[in-house]
Parts: sequence; C-alpha cells; structure tokens
Amino acid sequence: MVTAAIWPALDYSRVPYRLYHDAALYAREQERIFGGPVWSFLGLEAEVPKPGDFRASYVGEMPIIFNRDETGAVRAFVNRCAHRGALVRRELCGNAANHICIYHQWCYGLDGRLTAIPFRRGIRGKGGLDASFEMGAHGLRPLQVGNVNGALFGTLSADAEPLEDYLGPPILAQLRRLLDRPVKVLGYNRQRIRGNWKLYAENTRDNYHASLLHEFLVTFGLDRSTQVGGVTMDWRHRHNITWAEAGSDTDEFAHQAYAGAGVRNDFLSLKEPALVAFHPEHDDKLNIAITSVFPSAVVVQISNSLAVRQIRPRGVDEVEIFQTMLGYADDSPEMTLHRLRQANLVGPAGLVSMEDGEAIELAHRASKPDQDRATVIELGGGGVISDRDYRVTDVPLRGFWSYYAELLGIEPAGAVR
Amino acid sequence: MMIDHIAVYDHFAEYGALIDMAKFDEWLDLFAEECRYRIIPRENFDRGLPAALVFCDSRAMLEDRIRALREANKYNIHTDRHVIGLPRIVEDGVTAEAPFAVYQTDQEGETRLFATGLYRDLLVSAGSRLRIRDKLVLLDTFAVPTLLATPL
Repeated sequence: MVTAAIWPALDYSRVPYRLYHDAALYAREQERIFGGPVWSFLGLEAEVPKPGDFRASYVGEMPIIFNRDETGAVRAFVNRCAHRGALVRRELCGNAANHICIYHQWCYGLDGRLTAIPFRRGIRGKGGLDASFEMGAHGLRPLQVGNVNGALFGTLSADAEPLEDYLGPPILAQLRRLLDRPVKVLGYNRQRIRGNWKLYAENTRDNYHASLLHEFLVTFGLDRSTQVGGVTMDWRHRHNITWAEAGSDTDEFAHQAYAGAGVRNDFLSLKEPALVAFHPEHDDKLNIAITSVFPSAVVVQISNSLAVRQIRPRGVDEVEIFQTMLGYADDSPEMTLHRLRQANLVGPAGLVSMEDGEAIELAHRASKPDQDRATVIELGGGGVISDRDYRVTDVPLRGFWSYYAELLGIEPAGAVR
Repeated sequence: MMIDHIAVYDHFAEYGALIDMAKFDEWLDLFAEECRYRIIPRENFDRGLPAALVFCDSRAMLEDRIRALREANKYNIHTDRHVIGLPRIVEDGVTAEAPFAVYQTDQEGETRLFATGLYRDLLVSAGSRLRIRDKLVLLDTFAVPTLLATPL
C-alpha cells in the first residue's frame, strides 16, 4: 500500500512512477479524490437551456446526469438506479419529463425523486413491494451543484468548501473572464490516451513543455516561452493558470533563446495566417490562458480558441480527454468561422496539442516497469511552491501533488505545501 | 455532369493509397484549387454542431496542415492502411460516399483499428480525372485513439 513514506522529497520534486501505475491507489483516488471534497466540472448551463434537457457526464469514473428541472434549476445525480444499480439514462443528451430505468421501469423525476415503480402492489394483491418500502429514500443520489458564469461543477461530498472558496480568487477571476458572456457549444472532441490520468493533469500545468513538445507554437510564431507569461495558482496550489501575453517578445530575442534549445527557430509562415491570428476579446493582452482546476477540469484559451476539457479516468492505464469547443452566443458568423478554423489548434488532431497524447503514452509506457524510480520536477527550482512570472517552470505540478497527497492521506510530515 | 462509377472507384482507391504511401503532395493534388476538407466527429454531425477535428476551408489551410505534419508536429510512429468500401453515388450525381476503415501499425508490428467512418466527396471533373471540391470525413470513431496526425 502506498503511504506517506513513498515520497523521496518533501517538496514533491520527485514523484515515484508507482503513483501512475498502482491499481489499489487508483481505486483510492476514485474514493478520496473524485468522491471526496473536490468540485468536478460537469458541463455547461448552455447545454441544458430548457426544462427537461439532460446531459450525461462523469465525476471520475462515476456516471452522472445533470438536467434542468421544471423550476429552471440545474440538478445533478449519479446516473444509477436505486433498485439494481443499473445505468438509468443511456442517451448522452436529450429532453425528457423523467428518467426511466429500462431494467424494471423504475421512474425518477427531474428532481431525482423516485416517482413510480411498476407492480408496486403486485398483481391481484400478490407480490410487489411491502407497504413499508420508502419511495423517498430511494431517489437518485444527488450531487451538490455549483455554477460559475454557466460552468457547472458538482461534488459528491458533503464536506466540500463552497465552490468559490475552492477555486480561489485568481481561478475564479479567470473563469469569469472567459465566461463573461453567454457561450454556445460549437461541438465536442474526444481523445483516448493509454496513460494514467494524472499524467494529463500534470501536462496542462507544465509550462516548460509547451513550446518544446509542440514545435508548431514556435515554428509558426503562435506562442514562445520568450513572451511575458507565467504560472498563477490558488493559495493551496492545487489549481493553476498558465498564461502568456500576445506580442510581448521580439523575433530576434526569441531566435537567440531558441537557438540552443534544439527547436527549429527559423519561424516559418503559414499560407493561411488566419489560423494563428489573434483578435483580443478582453481588456488585457492574454492570448494563452490555460486554467487547470483540480482534479479534472481545464478551461482553455489559446488565441481565439475557447474550450473546456474534462479529464475522464478510464482505469489506471487509460484516460479520455473530453473537450467542449465554445464560442460566445453573440459571435458574428465571421467570428464563428474564425473559431472553427482555430479549433485546428486543439483536440486530438490539434496542431499545438496532438503531441500530448504521444508524450503521455511514452511516459506511461517507460515508467511502468521500474516503479521505485521517480520523475524529476525541478524547473524553476525546488523548495517553496509559488507563482512564477516566467515560463520555463513546472512548479504547479508540485502544487498538484501536494494537494493530491493531502486528499489521499499520504502527505509526509514536514511537507512543502 | 454526372460522375462515372469507374472514375469514382479510381478516385477512392487513389485517395487511400496515397495516404498509406505517405505521398502527401500527390494527395493534395486530389483536391481542387477551391476546396474544403473536414473531419467531423459523428456526435457533432448528428447534433448539427459544426466543430471539426480538422477544418480546412481553403487549399492554403490544407497545405499548411501537411507542412506542419512534416516540419513541426510529432506523432506516434506508425503506418496507415486504408480499407475503403464500395462507393455509391448519391442522387445529385456529383457526390460520392464510401465507408472506410483505417488501421494503424506501430513499429513493433502491432495493428489496431484507428478509425471507421464515411467519406462524402463532392467531386468535380478536371481533365481526365476527378478532384475533390468538398470532402467530409464523418468520423464514427470519435473517441480518437492517442492522436490524429496523418490525414484520414
């Protein structure tokens, strides 16, 4: 069993490979992280605009549905019948007055209450349920639902902090910035990666890899580590914003900086430059803002490409990245076209993201046979975990592990938080 | 103009073979000067949502994709094998559909089914052959395994 003794360093600068491969630990994560006092991204209010609209989602491996009820409130439940534990709602989305399990037709209202059971009193007075059976005690298991400007979060735990406290001021401000007006869903994409989910959670917090793994960023001048940028975390260092400002470096400076990095630095140009054109939409210069919310949400702005990603663990060895592509409801047709073009940048075929699938599989594969050895997390130095105003750093990964250790009850004495 | 069945068979056979041989310049030549190429996940298409995995609405964007594949992107080292089913010409006489499966084989010889779906090509005659004005790759396998780099 994995215990607090597993950490080679108190500042989480070394993470034993075992943490990506241990099946018992994975089961504990489902219980103590996803079932614990965290808020998981469920989906968007814009996906359930009318009463009866429902959508399937996940919290960890737990199947969830959320719907808008007759009063207009959004509610979320575990998608599981109280009778035999079967998935109640099989469709991924739709509109319905109630949710009926196909197995024995037990029926639930949009408030999650059990409303009807076939043959409840049996036939001709024989069979059925005893009169003492309490309908009220057998509803769908509810989640507490929180909402930040239309982004819906849920928690299975009664012990979670209020959502706004959980996110903290910088993360909350970033979500409110990107969701400052109503959004519309442009579509979804999914990527199945044969690697542990935490490798992806680390990846989105890793500013160092961006322009090295994703050479397109540098080659075609979209984003470079020489730009003004950095990492900003919440007080507990569990979440992170990786950010950069547009046009904040020069070609000459970038050329020199990348000359020694083994990355092509002759800055090619695209035949269709609209692909990387940036039209500022907020009162700031940010063209990269990648907000990772512990444990499994990533809210992404890359230029004018907007998206929310949900990390869906699929066993210890596989993860699905489910990404919802967004525009604003008041986008002009031209802006919508621009976003559809810039959607080329992200997702499983993304010009600046496809490599993550490969990198995670490489890390998962080579670390598996030697689980007592450890990964190195030391860019930007070890020791204190804190915000940085530079980009060659992976310090938010140590923040992730610090909170992970706390939730799993494996935080060592004297740990750096 | 009605497209000819034999020409459509040749078109799809050539299309798959050129990708499998990694002859991407010749593959680009299968497209008309004005063209569009989209890979759309089935879950989006069925709900009328426009977002694509690859969205190139000009020949320039398609050429940029291939250039990025060669100059910038890193991806799983593999070979592709397209298995394209019998095409049918739809009512308008200029659009042809064909089901496809693409298998990927890695460096150690392990093959997996990478994608199945349907091609829907709006075709135009260009001299003795057909060229693509608009290609929709309707992707049934929209939970994309690992990543999608080489064109479908």
